Amino acid sequence: MSKSEVVASDPGTSVPGSEATTHRTSSLLRRVLRKIEPAFAIAPFLIFTFLGLGVPSLAVIYYAFHGEKGGWTWSNMHLVTHGIFLVGFENSIKLGLLSAIIPGILGVFLAYAIQTSNSNVLRRLTTTGAGVLANFGGINLTFMFIATLGSTGILTYWLRDLGINLANFGFNLFTFSGVLFVYMYFQLPLMVLVVTPALGGLRQSWREAAENMGASSWKYWRHVGIPVLMPSILGGMLLLFGSAFAAYATAESLTLGVIALSPIQIGNFLNGNVIAGQTHVGYAIALGMLVILTVTMIFYSLVRKRASKWLR
Amino acid sequence: MAPLSSGSVFEVSEIQNEPVPAFSSGSTKRRRHFRLWRLVVLVLAGGYFLIPLYAGIKFSLQNSAGHFSFQAYDKLPGAPGFSAALTLSLKIAVATMVASTLLMVPTAIYVHVRLPQLRRVLDVVTVLPIVIPPIVLIVGVLGAFPEWAKASPYLLSFMYVILAMPFVYRSLDAGLGAIDLKTLTEASRSLGGNWRKTMWRVILPNIRPALLSATVLTLALVFGEYTMASLDLWQTIPVWIVQFSISSDGNIQVAASMLGLVVTWILLVAVVSLDRSQSRRTLRRMGG
Repeated sequence: MSKSEVVASDPGTSVPGSEATTHRTSSLLRRVLRKIEPAFAIAPFLIFTFLGLGVPSLAVIYYAFHGEKGGWTWSNMHLVTHGIFLVGFENSIKLGLLSAIIPGILGVFLAYAIQTSNSNVLRRLTTTGAGVLANFGGINLTFMFIATLGSTGILTYWLRDLGINLANFGFNLFTFSGVLFVYMYFQLPLMVLVVTPALGGLRQSWREAAENMGASSWKYWRHVGIPVLMPSILGGMLLLFGSAFAAYATAESLTLGVIALSPIQIGNFLNGNVIAGQTHVGYAIALGMLVILTVTMIFYSLVRKRASKWLR
Repeated sequence: MAPLSSGSVFEVSEIQNEPVPAFSSGSTKRRRHFRLWRLVVLVLAGGYFLIPLYAGIKFSLQNSAGHFSFQAYDKLPGAPGFSAALTLSLKIAVATMVASTLLMVPTAIYVHVRLPQLRRVLDVVTVLPIVIPPIVLIVGVLGAFPEWAKASPYLLSFMYVILAMPFVYRSLDAGLGAIDLKTLTEASRSLGGNWRKTMWRVILPNIRPALLSATVLTLALVFGEYTMASLDLWQTIPVWIVQFSISSDGNIQVAASMLGLVVTWILLVAVVSLDRSQSRRTLRRMGG
């Protein structure tokens, strides 16, 4: 929009008179333009997300119900809701839930401890670090934890010197408990990132009001702090569920496929480790994951709506 | 960062409480208790996050006999396939950062200035890529996209813009929320600036830190993403690390991993510090 247009669009400066008719048509045009301008402005974003998120999702749905030779079929879906693929879903959901709840709770404490510490350096390191670590995963993470807790890892040696053998506690880096422990490395930072804004929304005046009425610290948290934070915490946990449920690279490199997990099963299909005639089963597993995550997302948006009530 | 950062406010409230004897004794006790609790949490978390980091770095600084050496880092540039993978990753990273900026910055600004009611929708849409697994996306992409698109490494850039969206949008959203966008835009418009000028000369300089940190996060994502790259059969750095580790002893890959992590972190801290010194300088200029 040019400078003259800006001036003309201002009703106070428009000149009535001989140019009235042309002015009217151009103002009509301008009004139409203004109506559709928002659509144009966010169209690139919408098209991009449709191509990048919508089209792949639709393709997954389409192929999940179609056989290799084309034609509509239920057989893919039937296959993935039974046997090893069902176990994969169960394991993935279990892993997702556990690594949502445990890092979810710990993450709140950690975020609060960081936020209320007076050290600016610590806060700066953690806000940036959380961003980096939340994206960290895969083989790099596996390497680090093998160097720490593998059979020749440094923590394994330290603990052995103290007379502690982790294997006696049923801990093994390459099984379920190990995966859970390793996932915390990106789950905790993600939770800190998500919950920190909510902690900032806890107003000091609420605490003062509670204290003036004689509430103990515990009572403040029980009746004010936790209820206000709860939607954000639950929302964060749902995100963590999604992120653990979806993780592929870390699980693959850590367990080498020993535990049946849905993402790894999809990967096997893409890598061609499949029985002939079943190549579309991968799409069906992907669809199963999409369904589970859609449910998660619906919960997330409901919870988020509630959360935003108290923040600002 | 935020003026209401609880740390300092806590202290203030307790000083204010001091005139009342009953409260002041209670609150000092609470404060000590609180400090101890915080210390325990921070030490445990520090241990959890730093020990594996230390272990990884220590491992990468050993030679095959287990002695301290920079051997792995010396060998890294010459390792077979490394420079090709690095070039590919850099190309994809640049394309991703450019596309992501061109797409997200105008959208975020427009929504902030003109369509604030759409912010909730964008919040949900931009969080989708965290929730929809990359593996599901790449399955769909490989099934639906035409051959010419799949033959290009820039298909990965396209998908990485999507994957980076949550972080990029959140960063921009926070940056735009922190400045008084309405006043700035109106001031610029009343001085005769058109939209392009307003965006280029007024808004962009004000959100430069947010933009920079979004860019660094995108870079981190491109250099860490394994799922899509490996299944799309492009040997980017993470894929190279995995494939190379099968054929040789681990030190060099661990060195590459550690280098990537530390460099990203340093970059990000630098960006954030830049932001600080920048805002401090602006404040001083305004004050003086």
